[in-house]
This record gives sequence, C-alpha cells and structure tokens, in this order.
Amino acid sequence: MEPGVILEWVIKSVVILISMTAGFAYTTWYERKVLAKMQVRIGPNRAGPFALLQPVADGIKLIFKEELVPAEADKLIFNLAPVITVIPALIVTAVVPWGGVLDINGFKLSLALTDTNLAILYIMTVTSISVYGITLAGWSSNNKYAMLGGLRATAQMISYELALGLSLVGPVLVAGTMSLGKIVEMQQGGWFILFQPVAAIIYFIAIIAEVNRAPFDMPEAEQELTAGYHTEYSGMKFALFFMAEYAKMVAVSMIGATVFLGGYLGPFLDIAPWLGPVWLWVKVAVLLFVFIWIRATSPRIRYDRLMAFGWKILFPLALANVLVTAVVVAFMGGK
Amino acid sequence: MVNEFLPIGVLIILAVALAIVVPTLGYLFGPRRYVPAKSRPYESGMTPFGPGTRRVSVRYYMIAVLFILFDVEVVFFLPWAVVFKELGVPALIEMGLFALVVVVGLVYAWKKGALEWE
Repeated sequence: MEPGVILEWVIKSVVILISMTAGFAYTTWYERKVLAKMQVRIGPNRAGPFALLQPVADGIKLIFKEELVPAEADKLIFNLAPVITVIPALIVTAVVPWGGVLDINGFKLSLALTDTNLAILYIMTVTSISVYGITLAGWSSNNKYAMLGGLRATAQMISYELALGLSLVGPVLVAGTMSLGKIVEMQQGGWFILFQPVAAIIYFIAIIAEVNRAPFDMPEAEQELTAGYHTEYSGMKFALFFMAEYAKMVAVSMIGATVFLGGYLGPFLDIAPWLGPVWLWVKVAVLLFVFIWIRATSPRIRYDRLMAFGWKILFPLALANVLVTAVVVAFMGGK
Repeated sequence: MVNEFLPIGVLIILAVALAIVVPTLGYLFGPRRYVPAKSRPYESGMTPFGPGTRRVSVRYYMIAVLFILFDVEVVFFLPWAVVFKELGVPALIEMGLFALVVVVGLVYAWKKGALEWE
C-alpha cells in the first residue's frame, strides 16, 4: 500500500467531513431563510451578504457559552452522548459516490471514498448507532423531561427503522446489488423512483421520523418536554446535537438522492464528469427544501398516532412493496 | 475486500477526532461561573422534586422487543435481494414463506394489543 493511496483517503475523508459540517451550518441558514419566506418574515439578514455569515456567528457564540452539567448527572455518559450521536451522522455518507472517475492528466481520480458491496447494510448499521447517543443523553441528564424525550426518540427511531430498512430492499431487488456505485450506474435507464415509487415515499416518510423532524418531532416537542433529550445540554455539546440532526438530514437526503433520484447522474455528465458532485448536491438541496417545506406546513402529530402509523401502515406497506417487487422481478426477469 | 473498508476506517478516525475537538473548544473558551442553582435539573422554572430517572412505561420495552424481532427479519431480506435475480422463482417462494411468518408475528402482536398506545 503506497503512501499516495492513504493520502488520497485522508483528503477524501477531510472533504467529506468538511462538506458535512458546512452542510450542517448552511442547512440551518437555508432552513431559517426558507421558513422566513414561507411565513412572510425577513429572517436573518444582518451577518454578511444574505446573512451568509450567520452560521459562523452562531458557532462562535456557542464556543464562548458556559457549559452546564446537572449535579446528579452521570458525568461520563453525559459528556460522551453528544459525541456518540454526532459520529454516525458524519460517517454515514462514506459509501456514497459523488461522481464517476475523473481523468486529470492521466491520473484517475475516483470521486468516491470507497465503493463497497455492503453499502446499504453499512448505512443501516451506522444510522442505528446514533440511537444510542440519544438514549444515553436522555438517561444521563437526570431530568424527567430529558428522559421522556430520549425514550420517545428511541421508540420512534427504532419503529421507523423497520420501514426504512424495508424501503431500501426494493431498490436492491431491482439493482441486484448493495453497492451504491452500481445502483447509480443502473439508474442511467431511469431513476429508481420511477420503478419504486412506493419505496421512495416510504423512505422519505421514514427518514423524517428517523431524524426527528417535524411533523414527527415528538422527542423534542417544546410545549410538553421543553427540549426533549437535549434539555440539559448547553454550549458546544448542544451544538453537537444540533450538528448531528442537521448532518443527518444532509446525509439521508444524499442517500435518498443516490438510491432513488439517480445520484450524481445528470445532463452533460459525459462531456464534463466533474458535474457529478454538482448534480448530487443540487438533488440534496431539493430534498432539504422538501424537509423544510414539510416543517413549515404540517402540524406535529400525536405520539400514539405516530407509533400506530409506523407499525400499522408503514411497516406492512413496506413489506408488501418488497414482495410485489420480488414477484415482478421474478416474472419479468428483472429490468 | 479489506481495502474497501480501510478508507472508512480513516474517515472514522478523523470523525472521532472532530467530535472530540468540538466540545473541547467549548471547554477551553467557555466561562465557568458556578452557582448551585445552575446545576439543578431544568424544569421550566419549577423547583425539581424527586428522582430524575423514574420507572418507565412498559410500552417502550415492548416496542424494543418487537423491534429486535422484526429488524432481524429485515436484515435477512437484504442478502436475499442481492442474489434474487440468479435464484429466481424458488427464492421467491422461500421468501414468501418467510414473509408469511413475519406477517403472522405482526398480526399476533397487533391482535394482542402490543401496538396500541394507551
């Protein structure tokens, strides 16, 4: 193994981390701007042109805030929980290809950190780790609201994870592989949202619940639980939870765009392969807009209805989708 | 085979480093002005009473058990989906039987009221 290869990995990893953190920062900006427009407000407009420096200002402010630890909290777990929550959000997009192979003066540069044939399984494994961080945060705070919020978040996330997992089985059936690179290549004949519309809808509903966004933001329902599992967190540790939520939003949008919306595919890709990442991020921005749109439009649904919806509608529907897809693939000989 | 996962290892190391650096920044630059009232649990201004961690509803436990049951079954679908095109109809029949067992389990849990939240 040459040092050049390791350097390439390090550079790509740093690019992924920077894009996830910058993605987090500018998703908050994007959300505040879009929400303001939808509610006929002005929104942030002071820090820099179009308030583009607002996320930086927020970050600097949080660095200089006092961090409180409740007296009876489990200190070790309390400090560890935000770290455990944020790591999966940062690493989950490792398997997503950003483009094909670039040819720079004879040097072949693949625009993917890695293309493993277990990509879908990797995604499901990593996303389920972040549940631990949230449970531990709620548990270690020694606060009634935090514990209730943590429990609710856990129950909700694991319930919707079933539908999420099954919604990804459909595209795998059609593609015959779990590698995201190959799944994207197969979508040159048509995006998988056309062949798997039900799976795409289930995936999108399930990820909203998975990242605890409105209308499924029960874990942090302000009116009843103050701030849910991160009630007791302040300063940079609160920022980590915030980062985890928004980085996860970016990550699941990127995975959804890759599996259902053709990933980095787009017009003019054959003459300019560097457009791959551009198309991917355009699709991510569209999906993020839908997230924000839903938050601006729909009210929070009641917790028992949320759980009933996950178990009684989404899960059987996802199962039926898998079986119908299998029947079609078996008798049509696959697309 | 190993080479596919080494880059992910590199990314994990860097992500862990980032996740540790961020709270350290807050630790280094944040003020620490200790007042006893600050370290009490936040309950919207009410004086907190009793223990913070209490007994939890058995519903959450039930959901966790059901999740383990069904998630293990979901995991079986993935390798089946990968090789499905080569195996064809026999695999479809086998998985149909397996899915039938899953559905029977779900219907049982449903009828027993394990999915109700009251």
